[in-house]
Amino acid sequence: MGEGNLLRVKNLTLHFRTTRGVLQAVDSVSFAMDRRRSITIIGESGCGKTSLARALLRLLPRNVHSYTGEVYLDGTDVMRMSDEWFRQNVRWTKVSMVSQAAMNALNPVLKVGDQVAEPLRVHRRMSKDEALARAREVFRIVGVPDDFLHRYAFELSGGMRQRAILAMALVTSPQLILLDEPTSALDMLTQANIFNALKDIKNQLEVGFILITHDISTSSDLADEVLVMYAGQLVEHSLSTTGYTKPLHPYAHGLMSSVPTLREDKKLEFIPGQPPSLINPPTGCRFAARCPRRFDRCDQEPPTFTVGAYGEQVKCWLHAKG
Amino acid sequence: MANELLLSVKGIHTWYELKKWGVFHAGFVRALDGVSFDLRKGEALTVVGESGSGKTTLLKTILGLAPMTKGEISFNGQKFDGKSDSAGWLRSRVGFVQQDPYGALPPFMTVRRILSEPMIINKFGTPAEREQRIREVMEEVRLLPVNDFLNKFPHMLSGGQQQRLVIARALVLRPSLIVADEPVSMLDASVRVEILELMRRVQKAHNLGVIYITHDLSTVRYFSERVFIMYAARIVEKAGVNEIIHNTLHPYTKALLAAIPDPDPENAHRYRDVPPGEPPSLVKPPSGCRFHPRCPVRIEGLCEREIPPAFEPVRDHFVECWLHKT
Repeated sequence: MGEGNLLRVKNLTLHFRTTRGVLQAVDSVSFAMDRRRSITIIGESGCGKTSLARALLRLLPRNVHSYTGEVYLDGTDVMRMSDEWFRQNVRWTKVSMVSQAAMNALNPVLKVGDQVAEPLRVHRRMSKDEALARAREVFRIVGVPDDFLHRYAFELSGGMRQRAILAMALVTSPQLILLDEPTSALDMLTQANIFNALKDIKNQLEVGFILITHDISTSSDLADEVLVMYAGQLVEHSLSTTGYTKPLHPYAHGLMSSVPTLREDKKLEFIPGQPPSLINPPTGCRFAARCPRRFDRCDQEPPTFTVGAYGEQVKCWLHAKG
Repeated sequence: MANELLLSVKGIHTWYELKKWGVFHAGFVRALDGVSFDLRKGEALTVVGESGSGKTTLLKTILGLAPMTKGEISFNGQKFDGKSDSAGWLRSRVGFVQQDPYGALPPFMTVRRILSEPMIINKFGTPAEREQRIREVMEEVRLLPVNDFLNKFPHMLSGGQQQRLVIARALVLRPSLIVADEPVSMLDASVRVEILELMRRVQKAHNLGVIYITHDLSTVRYFSERVFIMYAARIVEKAGVNEIIHNTLHPYTKALLAAIPDPDPENAHRYRDVPPGEPPSLVKPPSGCRFHPRCPVRIEGLCEREIPPAFEPVRDHFVECWLHKT
């Protein structure tokens, strides 16, 4: 899946210390993405999607047990940089993020325009007027009227606030934007409008997106490639053309078959059981206990990635060759 | 018997008063503004609307948890005017399934205690009979084996199990009507279907009336026969599920349907045909049809002046839109 000329992640691992032991939130995740592509990471709550985003941006909480692996952004390994260097030269200049329910994160006592312009003042050392002019430009791209620059957050509706946050992520022209459930708190129509704006941005600008969501239907709105996570690990990485319709991994299959559809009348399925604890995960395949197609090998050995017919990667013994 | 009326709601209005400095009258939030419908025994219906459209207020008004300003509700032939003394009688006959299972379950009570509480309050049976009933409902919602769960606390259950417990609690008094406020929106996709199927099975088994509230139109067809679409405190369209999906009449419903994606890789290449803007303020709703400021097909001179009544262009398909005047 791509050579990874924008982002290449190798064995990224993020474990947390808890009172009950080490929690393997992100366990040896590897993937690659090219410029101007958009990939979506889907999975259920607690599968490590948000931790993965935080690991990529190094927004780590205090109880980190281990944080290892390689992350090549634009060819350079950002894991070797010092925190200060990373803050100055990577975070928000090359990679920015729209976090969950970010619309509630706007400062209530600052004008929206000033907040959107702030990353430019900090990272690009721009003067206030220059920064505001650029903010105005970005507001136009995301579809917020110009005069909203001088308003406060409480004067904006939820959808407009979310667009302002998106403007803040775009203002420094980063190469990669992480969207962590960008619309889950919004109404259907507003959500559709925001996704229309995101498609516009994708078509116009040199930017790659990583969309993290549990909403499989809307994720297809922005996906070139689909990554499925389960219990802290990546289990499938495929092109969206096959990932939604013909997933290979039994978990991905179960997940896709559980999505209700409006237009066609399909029989919905569900996956019985619940995900394993990430503190002492099973030694073999982490999905084995719930898998309808498991066999002996699954309980004993953790599966490795196999490459399928369309270049898709799947972590499952069923598809292993030989 | 199948067509017997269970619940009849006529022209209910629920207005919340706004006060300035806590004293002076400063207008009303018209959370419900003239809503009428009938529910037959054993029928499941879904109310779909965006946040702020008044769908939760509708539920609360039916349960007597919100003050009804005007209108009439009759349940099983008995009339209510929204006064609090009648609410208790009603609530013991209507089961309520809340949105967030964890928030709806008291964290310091065991499963047994949570399920016996409604029976104690409503003086149902002897302790032995209560224990018997608890086991019955737990088997029904598949919290099995029962003995493993009886002494657990809510935090020891998974999200899906918590929601089963909430459903069990709603069923414990043998209600004839269940109201469910977004019962699956907090759950993961793979568990969601399981819970919807459970609710459907329970509904069929006991011939229950169910009012199911959601913002997610795509789950509707797996659950109910009829759908109501709410917009800005009014029901703008009422019809059967397939009728509303394949013969959509109201422009708002059309927009809502266009906004809902099915998982399809082609989605990445097309734009969604949705109107811009936001739902109106319920303090000063637009004159005439409430959707007219956002409506792509409004009739100038009519839509902004007069509120459209409910027309019935197709049998059993009601729509509040001047375009479909009959």
